Amino acid sequence: MGLVTTARVKSPWIMHFDCGSCNGCDIEILACLTPLYDVERFGIINIGNPKHADVLVVTGAANRRNARVLRNLYEQMPEPKLVMAVGTCACSGGVFHQCPNILGGVDKVIPVNVYVPGCAARPEAIIDGVVLALQKLAGAA
Amino acid sequence: MTGPVFLFVLAVLTVVLAPLVGGLLFGLDRKLTARLQGRVGPPLVQPFYDVLKLWHKEKIAVNRLHLVWAWAYLVLVIASLLLLVWQQDLLLLVFTLGFAAIALVMGSFSVRSPYSHFGGQRELMQLLAYEPVLLLTAVAVYFRTGTFLVSGILQQDRPLLFSLPLVFAALVIILTIKMRKSPFDLAACEHAHQELVRGIYTEYSGPYLALIQVAHWYELVLVLALIGLFWAHPWWAGVLLAVAAFFAELVVDNSTARVTWPVMLRLVWASCLTLVLANLAALYLIV
Repeated sequence: MGLVTTARVKSPWIMHFDCGSCNGCDIEILACLTPLYDVERFGIINIGNPKHADVLVVTGAANRRNARVLRNLYEQMPEPKLVMAVGTCACSGGVFHQCPNILGGVDKVIPVNVYVPGCAARPEAIIDGVVLALQKLAGAA
Repeated sequence: MTGPVFLFVLAVLTVVLAPLVGGLLFGLDRKLTARLQGRVGPPLVQPFYDVLKLWHKEKIAVNRLHLVWAWAYLVLVIASLLLLVWQQDLLLLVFTLGFAAIALVMGSFSVRSPYSHFGGQRELMQLLAYEPVLLLTAVAVYFRTGTFLVSGILQQDRPLLFSLPLVFAALVIILTIKMRKSPFDLAACEHAHQELVRGIYTEYSGPYLALIQVAHWYELVLVLALIGLFWAHPWWAGVLLAVAAFFAELVVDNSTARVTWPVMLRLVWASCLTLVLANLAALYLIV
């Protein structure tokens, strides 16, 4: 693994976007940042700006209203970038999958690299998802 | 010892070594902050990972002027650091450092993002708070040593701290603003507390954000060196003084909440200007 790839794997800054999730998964993502899980020890920072982010973490199902916002955020992120769909809703639409306003999972709008299922996804599962995403990053470079 | 070759070697050494020291100090900052909050914290070299990653990200520029100001900030901070190691004029150093801060503000105003503008306005407020104090510090040093030249300060036998204790206290308070630490981290702080997106950094991305980060490393070394100047002989006393100030900042950062800008202006002006003017008055009356 080259020096640049190491740096990329060691410093994934995440941006969290809530596509209309019930807040269950959002709370679990924030739990990852607390002293108990402390993802900053892996260099992970929760950053509120798509222009600085490396990993876009999306919760909730994509719908007709927020698809535009989601695509906009994704396009503002500089390459190389990854997308994580956290929670059943973000993966497939979940219990909302046949609602008239729901498009389905996040992957109907933007390409998704890692799916973390669960309702709500547990912090351990989310951290596991980030590790998987980083392996993809290391393998791709 | 002051030939052009020596000065050139000194400049090269400074430009190479200062970011290494500054980056490690930032890493230490993040590690200790995490420990104070009961977390494990990132590795010591985390800032270097961050900058290396940012440097190799896709280049997205909003406009050319925006990037020019980012470069200007870096170059001006390095210039002020070089003024210090070449033992030049302290007053010129303060103005160059002020211009560096202005470059950052101009950069934030050269794009149309409202978040960037917010950050720029707040940075201006911080500048308004600390610039008079820095200027008066230089004046106080002149009062004590009879020269603005850093070389003149280094020739003093007694440490400046003994005759300028209140000025030193004011400078430590200013250090909180310069290090972008709580309670005065209005514009944007290093730990990404998500204030108004990212303040002045909002529109900078990838390599340009890395530039600004490296400039912050130089700036940290510079302000700590200014602190150390108050006990220049022996040199390790100055280093100890700077390190003590650095750790004091970390404790303050972790035990205070951010204030609003009017409170900051009132606090900094009331405390620092009083301290510096009292010290000046004492020098004037006694000496």
